[in-house]
Amino acid sequence: MHELSIALSIVELAQEEAERRGGVRVDAVHLRLGPLAGVVKEALLGSYEMASAGTTMAGSRLIIEDVPIVVYCPQCQAQRLLSSVQRFCCPECDTPTGEVVHGKELEVFALEIEE
Amino acid sequence: MSSESDVSRPVAVLVPRLVEVRQNVLKHNDVVARALRERFRQGGVFVVSLVSSPGSGKTTLLEKTLILLRPRYRVAALVGDLATENDALRLARSQAPVKQITTGTLCHLEAAMIENAIQGWDVGPLDFLFIENVGNLVCPSSYDLGENLRLVLISVTEGEDKPLKYPTIFNSADVAVITKMDLATAAEFDSTAADRNIQAVRPGMRILRVSAKTNEGMSEWLQFLASLRDSPQARPGGSGGPPREADS
Repeated sequence: MHELSIALSIVELAQEEAERRGGVRVDAVHLRLGPLAGVVKEALLGSYEMASAGTTMAGSRLIIEDVPIVVYCPQCQAQRLLSSVQRFCCPECDTPTGEVVHGKELEVFALEIEE
Repeated sequence: MSSESDVSRPVAVLVPRLVEVRQNVLKHNDVVARALRERFRQGGVFVVSLVSSPGSGKTTLLEKTLILLRPRYRVAALVGDLATENDALRLARSQAPVKQITTGTLCHLEAAMIENAIQGWDVGPLDFLFIENVGNLVCPSSYDLGENLRLVLISVTEGEDKPLKYPTIFNSADVAVITKMDLATAAEFDSTAADRNIQAVRPGMRILRVSAKTNEGMSEWLQFLASLRDSPQARPGGSGGPPREADS
């Protein structure tokens, strides 16, 4: 369970960004989360409230966008959407592939701010 | 008369605006890990980390590895644990320099903890540095420690479906090591199923089988380590002469 420390990092990162923009108020943090980031979405949402309480980020929302796993299939020479995290094979031709293009994301990609 | 200026006056309502940020949440850890990796590269030390669930045999494998490597290489170990120093004491029996990192309630190691632990160390004279992570198959997957090689261990008593249950950690690791092979028959371990499951979540992953108790597979494991350390890819800026042949 390391979601609380991840949530603290998110709050800190958003605070720095808000500060850089002249101390604007942040309404929401948009996060991209891949299944291979090793972070549990529900636990992170719960931790975020705790992490932001008592800070300038208190009351802000964490909005998580799930990023699907995309692999590169060397056989098809194309990017393919993986349907299961338990089976790293091309869904079209069944070639095993470990080339992960997307799915490890743990990234704050936008802030909703008030100006 | 004043209608024009009324219309052009800005409306005093706060409208939330979406601004793009695009920042990796763990960027601080990644920055520290990158600096560590560069420091290790310059010092010519090959860094191996071990992750597994508690009780898979990380400490036992590491103790044996340190003992067997010590006559030929300069080795050291960092060991992460929640509360006790028992593992460090066990590893210290190998006579190699060992440092405990007590994480308190934290379930994983982070790059900054490695940085702190080796503060003041001259890593240059080392050939290998081993980092034993806290026993946990979930959290350590998110944190780069600056290592060259990450091992994920599963013991034969854990069940062959471990990789399917914890695909993320297998995906973050480079090599799988199946431990306690001396118990394989007693535990009715299905080696083929284990291989199939590992390959399903991490195609092409190298799998080693060892028993630190009977030494089964230890020779192959040590040769594998030596070959990685000496390969130009593993040590782009590597210096120093080749080590003596491993024959244990």
